[in-house]
Amino acid sequence: MPTSEQTLDEILNLAATQFKVPREKLSPDDDFFKTLRIDSLQALSLLTRLEQHFNVELPDYELQGVSDFRTLADRIQARL
Amino acid sequence: MERALRPRLMQEFRGKALSWELSNGVIEVALHREPCNEIGAQSLDELEHLAVALPALEQNAHALIFHSKLNCGFSAGGDLRELYRGMQSMERQAALAGIRDFHQRIHHVMNALDASPLTTIAAVHGIVFGGGLELALVCDLIMADKTARFCFPELRLGLIPGFGGIPRLKRDLGNGVVRDLILTGRSFNPTKAQQVGLVSQVVAEGEALRVARGTAAQLGKFNRATAAAAKRFTKPIPYDELRQEIEIVCELYASPAVEAALKKFVESTDAQPYLP
Repeated sequence: MPTSEQTLDEILNLAATQFKVPREKLSPDDDFFKTLRIDSLQALSLLTRLEQHFNVELPDYELQGVSDFRTLADRIQARL
Repeated sequence: MERALRPRLMQEFRGKALSWELSNGVIEVALHREPCNEIGAQSLDELEHLAVALPALEQNAHALIFHSKLNCGFSAGGDLRELYRGMQSMERQAALAGIRDFHQRIHHVMNALDASPLTTIAAVHGIVFGGGLELALVCDLIMADKTARFCFPELRLGLIPGFGGIPRLKRDLGNGVVRDLILTGRSFNPTKAQQVGLVSQVVAEGEALRVARGTAAQLGKFNRATAAAAKRFTKPIPYDELRQEIEIVCELYASPAVEAALKKFVESTDAQPYLP
């Protein structure tokens, strides 16, 4: 099983690729809505990508209020 | 004059919310109402136009494909902003009567599509929420690309799906999955949707329409009467439950809590307005 830091790193890589943002511009505590300049519908697209990559299911309500990569990684880590 | 126009109108239609074209025995219906194919009065008018045109189109077709031209996805469902504005602009009893009329009309369209002898395919991507998912559920097959996300968020507004969602989900899926979708309001990714039997095929991003066209071409090789008979046999229409659904939805709309939830949604500036 990957460590929390590995999970976080993979999320940052995936987000950078999907939304064409330089990886070095993303930090764990960034608000991903602002850093990636995405809306709620694009966030759902990221959720789908993350679920497929980590082979987990993340109910929407578990992500309610989550807007930073580190907390997102914690939620995924809890289901690995 | 009218006789000269009729064939073109039947074969091809260009509306504000949707367009269709019949070619090589396949009717392709494209949804294109910004921002995300919300189903309001205009969409309903044009869906009714399709339902009226359908019997004539069916004479020269074997398949029908619904798809969206918008990047956001297939459809975000009912137009809640239009609904809320409508409720605010008239007396309560008139608003509730309007809601009942809207639901009866859209059920009529959905039932016509459900009963069509054509093999129908929803080629979906992105957002497939609420009424958008109900439109997809009317189809015989759902082909989804990897960006698709399926959800019935109605309970978040104090409602249940109103365009035939629960009866058609119950027809096609196990009841545990139906409860999961309806009672949690969570969204399914396409892999999960395929695992539970909602989706027929999952394809790469941007490929759903191409794969649907390929499937439609294959279906054209089959005997149409046999395909229609197979469809009738495997896809009974739950008319009693559909009528029941309209009654339940209309009762729920009478609750002040629904209007309050709609107001909150419409006025929300949150990043995730679809969450309560």
